[in-house]
Amino acid sequence: MIDQKTIEHIAKLARLKITSEEAVAYGEQLSKVLSHFQKISEINTDGVLPLVTPSEIEFFAREDEVKKEYTAQQMVANAPEKAGNLFKVPPVV
Amino acid sequence: MDLLQASIKSVSDAVKEKKISAAEVTKFFLARTERLNPQLNAFIMMNENALAEAHAIDNKIQKGESVGPLAGVPFGIKDLLCTKGIRTTAASKILENFIPPYDATVVTRLKKAGAIITGKLNLDEFAMGSSNETSFYGKCKNPWNPDYVPGGSSGGSAAAQSARMTMGTIGTDTGGSIRQPANFCGIVGIKPTYGRVSRYGIVAYASSLDQAGPMVSTVEDAALTLEVICGKDEKDSTTSSKTTPAFSNNLTSNVKGMKIGLLKEYTGAGNLDVEVEKNYLNAIVELKKAGAEFLEVSVPLTEFAVPMYYLIAASEASSNLARYDGVKYGFRSKFNDLSSINLDAFYAQTRGEGFGAEVKRRIMLGTYCLSSGYYDAYYNKACQVRRLLREQYLEVFKKCDALLSPVTVSPAFKIGERVYDPLTMYLNDIFTTATNLAGLPGLSVPFGLSSSGLPIGIQLTGSHFEEQKILNIASALETASSVKGKVPLVY
Repeated sequence: MIDQKTIEHIAKLARLKITSEEAVAYGEQLSKVLSHFQKISEINTDGVLPLVTPSEIEFFAREDEVKKEYTAQQMVANAPEKAGNLFKVPPVV
Repeated sequence: MDLLQASIKSVSDAVKEKKISAAEVTKFFLARTERLNPQLNAFIMMNENALAEAHAIDNKIQKGESVGPLAGVPFGIKDLLCTKGIRTTAASKILENFIPPYDATVVTRLKKAGAIITGKLNLDEFAMGSSNETSFYGKCKNPWNPDYVPGGSSGGSAAAQSARMTMGTIGTDTGGSIRQPANFCGIVGIKPTYGRVSRYGIVAYASSLDQAGPMVSTVEDAALTLEVICGKDEKDSTTSSKTTPAFSNNLTSNVKGMKIGLLKEYTGAGNLDVEVEKNYLNAIVELKKAGAEFLEVSVPLTEFAVPMYYLIAASEASSNLARYDGVKYGFRSKFNDLSSINLDAFYAQTRGEGFGAEVKRRIMLGTYCLSSGYYDAYYNKACQVRRLLREQYLEVFKKCDALLSPVTVSPAFKIGERVYDPLTMYLNDIFTTATNLAGLPGLSVPFGLSSSGLPIGIQLTGSHFEEQKILNIASALETASSVKGKVPLVY
């Protein structure tokens, strides 16, 4: 069972503000899901390398060229708040 | 020309031969969309320039310039693929205002081939779901019976194609999101081998599992569309440099001597609906008549596919969705005074308000699996088992050309019918997720109808880069399909 303290910790790591009702629901649901998923621990994987991509990795290189595909204005066009060509954010220091 | 019956190739040929104009074709499907979409909510955004783009194709043809194999053919795109200048939302509030400055490579290739993008199609938020009920823009409905779900996550693609609001659509498949809705709506959907199709410009859910593919009316249309979108892309380093075969020219329904495997593990798995089982057995009978041989094979680890899939997909999702922070694009919560808010609180509030419940649940699950103390037991363990699963499949494909199975345990279910229990919902994906984990190509082809008039498909899974084989078997099934010539209620 995943306790509420753990849920709060996970939400903090994920930068997700959740309500106390959501925290209770997620605690119950994730506990149920993970206890079912626990069955993969039965499989012997000693010495098996994890597979992180199912494709054959091909060596792939290209010239490191500077391309001017977009203007600064285009890059900030979708910003929720901006000042000129800059993204507006809360104080970071 | 009967545009509702015509193949993509025949329409494109007619446009090139000036028997019909790209503008006329586009107008026809836009008019159908206008009439049918209010009942289905398949399209969530239209391309206002579609007609102008069709005229541009006609002008090129008038001038004798060359146009591609999809000239003048209308396509709808799942709203998970970026479209330059057209809002792209992933059916999420957090991307409600996002207008991409570029096209996804799949979209670029469709346009280069002459296709007309008519609009963007509904989906489960961030492609996380199998009923299209988690979309921020409202539920999408199944044209065969609007009380039923179209499936998901590419529900809008399946519904729009099934009601022929377009000639072709593109969906994406992370754990079954092309095959399952294609199955529920009576259309053909193919998930290519991982690496066949570029993921550039596709809103990422689980990068090691995601692939885009055609969701269309016939196997021939699927083969032709697939040819257009496949191939190496310098913007996606996981794309393969293998040459794209001429899938449509090579297409044959001759399956004589082909060896088709039936997975032992799927027998008796997951409460199979009797009509789905009957449909599956009928498909075997028809293919035997056509000269295919069947053998029983075993991939024991498919039993663990659902846990493996959700552990890996949720982990990758929690990492991929970290980019939605309310800074560079997308939704930002309202703050009275930006200068007095703590940065972490700013992120948390924006993300808490911007994401829907299922997306948050998967971010929580993934963050948990990747967090200190649990990484080895969950994420890493699942990746190790994944390698073993892939090896078991490779062994099986030494003995057979393809695998045949049902797509889902039942036909489409009613909207709101499944009481929301995440585990029950996740366990419905038993037949589709292993394909993505192993990076194999898979497709769904309509074959029968249930007694209540809902389509039931057949799933074919091929070895890596062997799309041609499963397309050919699908073509044989299509010939014998009892859905052929039938149209849905909303049409």
